[in-house]
Amino acid sequence: MAVSLAIDPVTRIEGHLKARLEVDGNMVRDAWLTGGMFRGFETILMGRDPTDAPQIVQRICGVCPVSHALASCMALEDAFSIDCPRNGVLLRNLMQGANFLQSHILSFYQLSSQDFFQGPAEPPFFPRRKKSDLRLGEAATAMMLAQYLESLDIRALCHEMAAVFGGRMPHVHGIVPGGASSAVTSEKKEAFRSRLKKVRTFIEERYVPLLYLLSERYADLARVGRGWANALCMGVFPHPDTGSHSLHAGVWAGGRLYPFEPDKVMENVGHSWFSEQSGGSPFRSPPPVVDLDKAGAYSFSKAARYHGMPMEVGPHARLWINDTELSPMGRELAPKHLGRHATHFCELGEAFVFSIMGRHLARAEETWMVAEAMEGWLNALTPGESTLAPLPDMTDGEGYSLTEAPRGSLMHCLKVKDGRLSFYQILPATLWNASPRDDAGLRGPMEEALVGLPVPDKNNPVNAGRLVRAFDP
Amino acid sequence: MDKGRQGALRPLSRRSFLRSSLRAAALGGVTGVFDPGVARALAETLSAVRPPVFWLQGMGCTGCSVSLLNSLHPTIAEVLLHVIRMDFHPTLMAEEGEGAMSFMLRTAKESAGRYLLAVEGAVSEKDGGRYCVIGEAGHEEFPLSVILEKLAPGAAALLAVGGCAAYGGVSAARGCVTGACGVGDFLRKKGVKTPVINIPGCPPHPDWMVGTLLLLLAAVEEKGLAEGVAEMTRQLDSQGRPLAFYGNNTHENCPYLYLFDEGRMAKNLADKSGCRYGTGCKGPGAWCDSPLRRWNGRVNWCVENALCIGCVQPDFPDGQSPFYRKRT
Repeated sequence: MAVSLAIDPVTRIEGHLKARLEVDGNMVRDAWLTGGMFRGFETILMGRDPTDAPQIVQRICGVCPVSHALASCMALEDAFSIDCPRNGVLLRNLMQGANFLQSHILSFYQLSSQDFFQGPAEPPFFPRRKKSDLRLGEAATAMMLAQYLESLDIRALCHEMAAVFGGRMPHVHGIVPGGASSAVTSEKKEAFRSRLKKVRTFIEERYVPLLYLLSERYADLARVGRGWANALCMGVFPHPDTGSHSLHAGVWAGGRLYPFEPDKVMENVGHSWFSEQSGGSPFRSPPPVVDLDKAGAYSFSKAARYHGMPMEVGPHARLWINDTELSPMGRELAPKHLGRHATHFCELGEAFVFSIMGRHLARAEETWMVAEAMEGWLNALTPGESTLAPLPDMTDGEGYSLTEAPRGSLMHCLKVKDGRLSFYQILPATLWNASPRDDAGLRGPMEEALVGLPVPDKNNPVNAGRLVRAFDP
Repeated sequence: MDKGRQGALRPLSRRSFLRSSLRAAALGGVTGVFDPGVARALAETLSAVRPPVFWLQGMGCTGCSVSLLNSLHPTIAEVLLHVIRMDFHPTLMAEEGEGAMSFMLRTAKESAGRYLLAVEGAVSEKDGGRYCVIGEAGHEEFPLSVILEKLAPGAAALLAVGGCAAYGGVSAARGCVTGACGVGDFLRKKGVKTPVINIPGCPPHPDWMVGTLLLLLAAVEEKGLAEGVAEMTRQLDSQGRPLAFYGNNTHENCPYLYLFDEGRMAKNLADKSGCRYGTGCKGPGAWCDSPLRRWNGRVNWCVENALCIGCVQPDFPDGQSPFYRKRT
């Protein structure tokens, strides 16, 4: 007989999320995700000085403020034809990169690692229900705990890196309309480099190898949670001279790769607590108007769709579309732990990549990839050269930006009229991955991936939380 | 207070913890955090007692929690394992769903009058509080506003962490449609008398959060629960902020004050040759010790990089806007 289960709150994520599951025959048959909090940034931004936007929008997410600051600055620069200088692009890449490392390490160690090991009988590891399907022996458990504690220091070091050029973290000061506000000095470069070196050692010796090991220990979780297996990337880490991206934009749908076209992005609100007029193209649709009594609605999240399709976003989507080279550790460990030889990400196979463990492992591989790229950006910084373009008159204009936050695609669209913001739309990763059903009734990516998950114990549906955290919603 | 569940990690070493805390917080004596009396109280009486803390997340961005994780002296691991017992924290705790919620409600009942409540994010009771639902227990959905009404009266003290919890902040800024407000305002409206300590900042420096906790614990251990909390509330400024961290004017302590005095003003946000007042710095009206304490392992701070946006002030962001222009 089918039973209805609710997990509320889904803890160890950023934000307020509830998962409702219909379980029958030890398996999830259907799923509904509810975003349980609304603040309304798009109306809060109305009428403000446009240059205030990069600071205000950072407060959307304390884990990924750098990405929102960047997206907001880039949208303003698009609107007013401002060219960020070379050093500015590099500094932004370094701050964004440092925050990718911070966010990915936080996502796995602080948020997700407890899905795989039992910590000591102390908060935050306690309380915890018995029979949480934790399979590691004593030695591996001790190793996981040691890494959990070490990762706290490493994550803080990543924030220090971002702060070297950004002033402080979270909520960075150094990303401003026109470029970056930091001076570039050899002292700052060295302060950044010495920290990056420590973080890289952790990534190479701990994080990446651990994820290969866990993918073998929890091999069944490397086969479940497939979902739509569509993927979207809007492009991130621009090259300062060519403008091409280290991780370029693209769309993977129905087993084929397509170029990304921003006009195909739509927001559906059929199952969201917003009026019908709140949906549509992010280039045009007005700020959302709340409608708490709407029939069929169950979330404050809108449903972002690409050409009508739900899309998974995040590290696995980016690496799948870009088919990046695996880390040396990955190339060595893939045959041992995953049973296949692979030099590039796609060789890990679609079935693995679009699984609980695959999404976690992609995050680890991307952490390595970004850390490696950061060395290059750091070397390319020229001390003494300009980091900031002068700002023109910003009275009237409209623009948009495309980038990637650590957790997935990010788009900002804005209009300025008479020197004030007259329109703002923000499309963060959560509206893709954690979306409710769309106007056509299609489940959101995480909802779809929950369907079919094994639930051996109805009193403790651990795999649901595992799946949600693997997406880093 | 409970003795805590000790033993899984290395044995509690209050002394080494205290040494590192002192080193960091003293900052050459610029703040009053660890005056000798407090230091003695910590060393002698903070035996192995860890108060239960429930950390609630309202309408915010989790940035305060992320900043808390950056605590270095003491480290966040020391804070979590040796200083407090974080019995509820949505971002960190192992348990989820009903298990997490009912554990908090049960523990609150068991330790009524003795637990601490930390709130990050603003609160709203508009439309039954539905703009922020934090969890479910016994098939009942709990908005933050309802949980606060339930748990705040039994708390020894409430820490309103960050600009949103303290004063509404960005979550309650102009244009907000959700009825969000600060936690202190909400409780006053409800007639709840629990002492509220505001720790603003967007986000607050980790030392402001951990330091306030330590000061409070030290006062409680020295003078008992009620008198300790009362003592702590006497150490707040008119905005409810601990003087130890918010008693200094940012501008007066700024290393670039001489540039201001000489009338040399920065021309743009990347210009480090002049005082940032020229580009809109809000330091003259802001009260915190960031210029002395610095951020993120002390590598940098707001004004060294760009300027102050006044994020510790009750009127942030509206009253501090536009951030990048001198107010006329």
